[in-house]
Amino acid sequence: MTALPSIDGDGLASLPDPAAADWRPRPKLLAAALLLLAFAFVAIAGPLLRLDAGPADVTRIFAPPSAAHWLGADDAGRDVLVQLVIGCWPSLVVGVSAAAVAVLVGGTVGLLAGYSRGWPDLALLRLMDYFIVVPALPFAMVITAILGASLLHTILVIGLLLWSTTARVVRAQVKSGRERTYVQRARTLGAGRLHILLRHILPQVLPLIGTTGSLAVALAVLTQAALEFFGLAGNDMLSWGTMIRFAFQRDALLNSAWWVVVPPGLCVCLFITACYWLAQSLEQAVNPRLAATDLRARSSRLREPRAGRR
Amino acid sequence: MTHKARYLIDKIGVAVLGVFATITLNFFLFRVLPGDAVSDMARVPGGSAELKQALMRQFGLDKPVWAQYGDYLAQLAHGNMGVSYSSLRPVTTDLLAALGNTVPMTLLGIGVSVLFGLATGILAARYHDTPIDALISNAATIVYAAPTQWIAILLVLCFAAYLPTSGLSDPFALSSDLGSILADRLKHIILPSLTLALATFGQYTLVTRSAVLSTLGEDYVAAAKAIGFPVRRILWSYAIPNALLPIVTLVALSAGTIMGGSVVVETVFSWPGIGRAMYDAIVQRDYPMLQGALLVVTIAVILINLLADLVNARLDPRIVE
Repeated sequence: MTALPSIDGDGLASLPDPAAADWRPRPKLLAAALLLLAFAFVAIAGPLLRLDAGPADVTRIFAPPSAAHWLGADDAGRDVLVQLVIGCWPSLVVGVSAAAVAVLVGGTVGLLAGYSRGWPDLALLRLMDYFIVVPALPFAMVITAILGASLLHTILVIGLLLWSTTARVVRAQVKSGRERTYVQRARTLGAGRLHILLRHILPQVLPLIGTTGSLAVALAVLTQAALEFFGLAGNDMLSWGTMIRFAFQRDALLNSAWWVVVPPGLCVCLFITACYWLAQSLEQAVNPRLAATDLRARSSRLREPRAGRR
Repeated sequence: MTHKARYLIDKIGVAVLGVFATITLNFFLFRVLPGDAVSDMARVPGGSAELKQALMRQFGLDKPVWAQYGDYLAQLAHGNMGVSYSSLRPVTTDLLAALGNTVPMTLLGIGVSVLFGLATGILAARYHDTPIDALISNAATIVYAAPTQWIAILLVLCFAAYLPTSGLSDPFALSSDLGSILADRLKHIILPSLTLALATFGQYTLVTRSAVLSTLGEDYVAAAKAIGFPVRRILWSYAIPNALLPIVTLVALSAGTIMGGSVVVETVFSWPGIGRAMYDAIVQRDYPMLQGALLVVTIAVILINLLADLVNARLDPRIVE
């Protein structure tokens, strides 16, 4: 009779291996990974190939897509596809760096708040609440308008406005993690703060950081595109956001030149979708409860040993 | 003191603190500006150091920063946000007019967005793990991932032939009867509001879906299933009402994003609202206007969140305990 699996006996073998369930292929995760890889590839290829959209060509102003120029030409007769490839690198690098700033700041503040009690925790919590509520884009617009537009300012401003979500998630996880039995056991055994933090708390927090991190990248790229639309992210750099701005300002609409405006927006849209899908897949892996609910009749039957649905 | 009173005082206290922090931040943010406000004014023919001194005194810039801060607070308390550099009217007057244009456009957009998000989210949760669910949640994700300015531009490309794409009303409209003015206004509000709705509904869909799904995992839903209640009753009487709480919070939390969205929308559609005022102020370096607009937008967002807290306390009395 092995109703209860014993720690050292064969009972464990009769339990389904929890890790085995995780390896069902997830189309969403796969699509996200492929998309992100493709974008990363294009982003690296752009600077490596030393692409140049060429000089202005007045005979080809808003020339529609053709066999030679797949995405047509812009208001100066330059190839849109080449610009799209060139614009990939700055678009991604700002988003990823800003998200890195956000995750670093948010993770640190979250750890500090989670590990402190009383008024320091409360003060940090209020700070997080404030930055969650504050309208990020208007603030970013005002700050970049005051400081002057540049690549570094864009990264810092976006990063410092988007850290609070990560901080909240990390704080909550640390708060619940530090009360777990095995953490308390480690503490009783004389483990130091740093040891507990690195060995026990951080592994719990990291998957969550993956989720909030990819959301932060998405938000950062969107905010960057908006700042660029307002011309507040520096003018020396061609990116997808700048392409949308130029299309809007330079009469692409009056010429019905959809090929100038659709591709850069679609790239932003696809990249951010990939980030969201990545975040959703990670969240499902971390929190299987999300998928464990259902209205259909079969979910109220006795469940098969959990090898299947997640 | 009752739990409720303590909850209210706590929430109102946080909101007041937030407003105060915003005012302070807003004041010092604009002190970072290089130079001072009068160096340009003193650069007139025959301008001297004495003129500059006099101007400094006139604007109170010779006082220490904390005294200037005190002046700022005092003037703000009287509703004085300075004079716009470009329109030469009081900032408060201009901002109130702009706010009057922003509110209807934003409310219409968000109303449509929330209703559509709720409907699609409930539908996705109802048909969880079916193609319907996959279609709805992926479509919501993709549309939510699209930059607002891009959605706006696409709508202009598609509908420029049928609907006005700029401004509040037709400046050349001759007819003066109320019906045609109203129809004209309605036509102008469609595209901006639709853009805002499209740009924001995705998050409501996804959150509604996951909120409904997580209530479906609760014991009371299992009990209702065991009793054999029909699906419709389980959804509408048990799952959805309980799922509404996180949705109210989310709508309030997204107020900041919505404000950002309306800045973009108003810029594309030349809608003379507060977002457009902000963009114009940046372009024209109209700092008093910019400072006022940021203040009004931020305080509005803080107040919306306070309202959501109060509504939540009303919907779920357990929160206050």
